[in-house]
Amino acid sequence: MRAWLALLMGLVFGAGLSLSGMTSTVKVLGFLDVLGDWDPDLAFVMGGALLVSLSATPWIITWVRPLLADAFSLPATQSIDRRLITGGALFGVGWGLWGYCPGPAVASLAYGYQSTLIFCVAMVLGMWLAGKLHLITSRLND
Amino acid sequence: MEQFILPTLGGLLIGIASVLLLATLGRVAGISGIVWGAIAAPDRHWRWLFLIGLVAGTALMHITTGIAIPAEHTDAPLLLITLAGVLVGLGTRIGNGCTSGHGICGLGRLSVRSLVATSVFMATGVITVAVVRHLFGSIV
Repeated sequence: MRAWLALLMGLVFGAGLSLSGMTSTVKVLGFLDVLGDWDPDLAFVMGGALLVSLSATPWIITWVRPLLADAFSLPATQSIDRRLITGGALFGVGWGLWGYCPGPAVASLAYGYQSTLIFCVAMVLGMWLAGKLHLITSRLND
Repeated sequence: MEQFILPTLGGLLIGIASVLLLATLGRVAGISGIVWGAIAAPDRHWRWLFLIGLVAGTALMHITTGIAIPAEHTDAPLLLITLAGVLVGLGTRIGNGCTSGHGICGLGRLSVRSLVATSVFMATGVITVAVVRHLFGSIV
């Protein structure tokens, strides 16, 4: 039941990404080109997603437990440190170079482009590298 | 006005999926975390199914609506794509999240940490595009 729900949420998330235009690198780079020929359309993706998230999330996390699990798995870290800034900065550069953040990159594997597959493999390599270089603090606990 | 409708609808779907994942399984729909967890965490099963759903949902959306599949950037150098991928992987793991984890879920629960992260990656993303497009001329 839990697993099938995860599949369903993935389906809805993927449908949303592709409908929104986030799976188009051209569209994303146009959105990030604020200082040039700015294409504001994708701001509405964030707007729509935040509208739902902001209205429901603060309420959901007051629940004693989620509907189908024993506890919420929320990030425990609160501090704003150098890693958060460095990581965010590096991620933004990678995002701006090619136009894919992790969600759309994985979703776009559906298109069967070799470049997307290369990007995803490189992304996993980068994640592995972060661990090897001891640049992370968080632990996967479950 | 019309060009805002699909992005808004897509955003609403993304928001609904994130909120339902939190409400049912108690999990944050941060894709970078789910990707790494699918490889390295002990509890991989739900993560793989979520990622399979992500790909299948995209395929189904294009099949059912007839919305054109985005064109591939065939003119970008392989090195650039690889570098972009490594930086995204490195950055999201060091900074504990990406556009979905910090930008949608984190901001949704009013996390200051996520607000800072989102501001930083939006800023460096904008600067990168500006530098690549307007300083070096377009390479992608």
